[in-house]
Amino acid sequence: MSLTPQESDYLEKKIGRKPNLLETQIVAAEWSEHCSYKSSKKHLRTLPRKGARVISGPGYDSGVLDVGDGYVVTVHIESHNHPSAVEPYGGAATGVGGVIRDILSAGTRPIAILDGLRFGDIENDTHARWLFKNAVRGIADYGNCLGIPTIGGEIEFDKCFTNYALVDVASVGFGKKERLIQNRADKGDFLVLIGGSTGRDGMGGSQFASDKLESENRSAVQIPDPFIEKLVIEVILNARNQNCIKAMKDLGGGGLSCAISETADALSVGIELDVSLIHKREQNMSPTELMVSESQERMLVITSPEKLATLKEICEKFRVSYSVVGVITDGNTMEVKSEKQTVAKLPSNVVANAPLLDRPSSVPKYLKHISLIEKPETPKNLSRTILTMLSNPNIASKHWVYTQYDHEVGIRTVIKPGKDASVLRLDNGKFLSIKIDGNSKHCYVDPRQGVIGCFDEACRNVICTGATPIGMVDHLQFGNPEDPEIFWTFKESVEGITEYAKYFEIPCVGGKVSLYNETDDGPIKPTPLIGVLGLIEDKPLMPQKAKTGDLIVLVGITKDEMGGSEYYEYVHGITGGRCPVVDIKSSKANQCAVLETISQDLVKAIHDCSKGGIGVAISETCITNDIGCHVFLDKIPSEKLKYDELLFSESHSRFLLTVNPSKIKKVKSLLEKKGIQNETIGKFVGHSITFKNKTKLVASVMVDKAQEKWLNSLGSLVNHG
Amino acid sequence: MHHVLTDVFKVESQLVWHTDNLPQNIDAIVLPGGFSYGDRLRAGVIAAHSPVIAEVKKMAEKGMPILGVCNGFQILVECGLLPGALLKNTSLSYICKWTEIIVKNNKTPFTNKLKLGQKIPIAMANGEGRYYADKETLCLLKKNNQIVFTYAEDVNGATMNIASVCNKEGNVVGMMPHPERSAEQILNPQDAKPASLIFKSLLNTLGVIA
Repeated sequence: MSLTPQESDYLEKKIGRKPNLLETQIVAAEWSEHCSYKSSKKHLRTLPRKGARVISGPGYDSGVLDVGDGYVVTVHIESHNHPSAVEPYGGAATGVGGVIRDILSAGTRPIAILDGLRFGDIENDTHARWLFKNAVRGIADYGNCLGIPTIGGEIEFDKCFTNYALVDVASVGFGKKERLIQNRADKGDFLVLIGGSTGRDGMGGSQFASDKLESENRSAVQIPDPFIEKLVIEVILNARNQNCIKAMKDLGGGGLSCAISETADALSVGIELDVSLIHKREQNMSPTELMVSESQERMLVITSPEKLATLKEICEKFRVSYSVVGVITDGNTMEVKSEKQTVAKLPSNVVANAPLLDRPSSVPKYLKHISLIEKPETPKNLSRTILTMLSNPNIASKHWVYTQYDHEVGIRTVIKPGKDASVLRLDNGKFLSIKIDGNSKHCYVDPRQGVIGCFDEACRNVICTGATPIGMVDHLQFGNPEDPEIFWTFKESVEGITEYAKYFEIPCVGGKVSLYNETDDGPIKPTPLIGVLGLIEDKPLMPQKAKTGDLIVLVGITKDEMGGSEYYEYVHGITGGRCPVVDIKSSKANQCAVLETISQDLVKAIHDCSKGGIGVAISETCITNDIGCHVFLDKIPSEKLKYDELLFSESHSRFLLTVNPSKIKKVKSLLEKKGIQNETIGKFVGHSITFKNKTKLVASVMVDKAQEKWLNSLGSLVNHG
Repeated sequence: MHHVLTDVFKVESQLVWHTDNLPQNIDAIVLPGGFSYGDRLRAGVIAAHSPVIAEVKKMAEKGMPILGVCNGFQILVECGLLPGALLKNTSLSYICKWTEIIVKNNKTPFTNKLKLGQKIPIAMANGEGRYYADKETLCLLKKNNQIVFTYAEDVNGATMNIASVCNKEGNVVGMMPHPERSAEQILNPQDAKPASLIFKSLLNTLGVIA
């Protein structure tokens, strides 16, 4: 909870005196890595942020995208890793709460939650299982109670997350463009703190999150109360409708310290507040505690003197506590008082803008030896390998998780969780498709190609529903940035995202950086997460059931890219090799062509080919359609590969199309006209999932057996160990 | 629920605040789902003491059609309008999934367009949705034809797979699964028609359609 000596010097020079203890604490909260992005900010500037649909405003906590007809969609992503690693239930729940308030801050109603979860090896690690179980319950209890559907996400297990947890939450909002909060303030406006009372929970949470996880600092973990959050949402939206909100900020990491300094800085105003006016849940809290507490469910609203009475009325109607804590002043000073005595006075632009760092970086040494691995021998019984892959917790169905989440509430969820991407209907007749993807295994083997792959996968997932990507968010999670090797992986990731986003013209509308994700066992693998939003103007591709005789068309080429694959890692315990590389030109061509097959109504369903490769993608299609198939490995467009590589390579830019025989000619001619690599590799038939090479049987599993493995593995692991 | 009533089935409906009086000249009351008071203490128990519930009880006595869905059902049970209790699911988890219910009583204001034994694909979403009744109550439920829907499978350990019950008179119906999530084809992965008949039954009761 302190500043580095260099930062102290810098601060003294800037304010021309020694700061007092409270001032130091305020600045330390705001200058924590978590709040200030001091290590990452310089590099994040390369990300393309502009686009035809992007609406940006001062002080927005979420990205805003215009979806036409006077409506906007907002999106934001955050993590709550450190707290969730200590107290998974509360940590995950408050993670949901925090990101939802960011959506609310823009003046939009949160309409969906997605989460990305990562834990250690749950098959062998009971602690990881406990973390997983309780994080899921925390998200479920919080999101369900709010009446906001949790519509999707992704889950990964890897030993690098042992004794740790990555809990990422993305939220989507929807509203009218004209009702977006304008975020302006004038002298004499009031500062109103609305919602939960302030207590001693989450003390110094942002600094706790900006250090290695060494001790279980429980007082740094926040306590969730979803019912108050629900009331706060309704109060804020009511107040928005009655024009009571000139500006607004969620209280998250760094508590009031950050909210006040960032608001004053973003709106170029001064703020004067008295902490003794705050409604509290504990007595004798010091000004410092009040300024850095991260108690949840709090919003800071700036309202005009004329509207204050209406705002109070709305709070009272919903029985939500509030306190008028300060006023807007001239200048750019944030002045904190307690019982009318000034206890801190700082220029807000100094507080809100930490001195940025130029961290050194160097290529990690590990990369050299993991590229040199010997290929494993092809298993004799590939049928058994397919079943093993289907019961791999990283691949098995996640229905044990998403059936605990109310994913239907709000009746917008047209395509439900468990598919490539979930789809929500919007009030203007359009549809929003959204997916988040991460892959720490690929990113470890090649940080740059790994993240490009995640981006490509998220795009492919929304494309499978018929959506065109319109924006993305990223969440960059790494270990200690002071380690040059780790910092190099961070830089590579940012460059990878930038390259892909620029080529595909998908603007980055929001994101977050989370560093210091490490325990005594070491850092996590680089784990950037990419969320992609897609818009469907007309209607989504509702997957239709595959019937006997329907054909399986594979788009894209399969390569010798086994590095970081689930097959290498899970079946053979190998980390290394060549990670899948996206050829962005052909990937874009594939995506456009596939979208055209959808718009021309030529396909029954599309499934992305990713974790577990063709073997898994085809099995999943058969399992969910309750039908078998005959697939010919010799038909797969590929480099010269072994059977196991053909089945499990995770090469990107591939799609599996289910096509009615009557439409196959049209599909083929469309793809061929565009020069897209594709082949009809088999058809749906019978009750077994069968892979052949010409006439030779390579692998065959009964659909019901595959179903059993894929559907029940995760649930029985968690319930029965 | 409000959207489905007004936009899909064109029923004139309005939301009523928990401390307000019921509007004059209403024909039916629907208590929708949600987490009233965050399910604190026990689902529905605090809302059962809301001022508006006193009036709902009066209307129930007068024979007005009243439907409670999910948390609405829990409130109706907690305020004594419906028998039995709703306990935590046997999995101890929230369960959100699609299932099927079977019509057991098609004489209520909300089921009169359905056939006995008809199956309805429907969404369920609850944590405390396991219907429980003691033997005596169960006998009465059977005797008075108060079981309205049962699940086609054992979803949460409910007594006799009960998904919905009504009062003795049949005008107050509570159900755990969500007809309002299941009555539009775009949302229902199977067939939305059967669930829509629950609303059409209401329209029928109100004399809007034959």
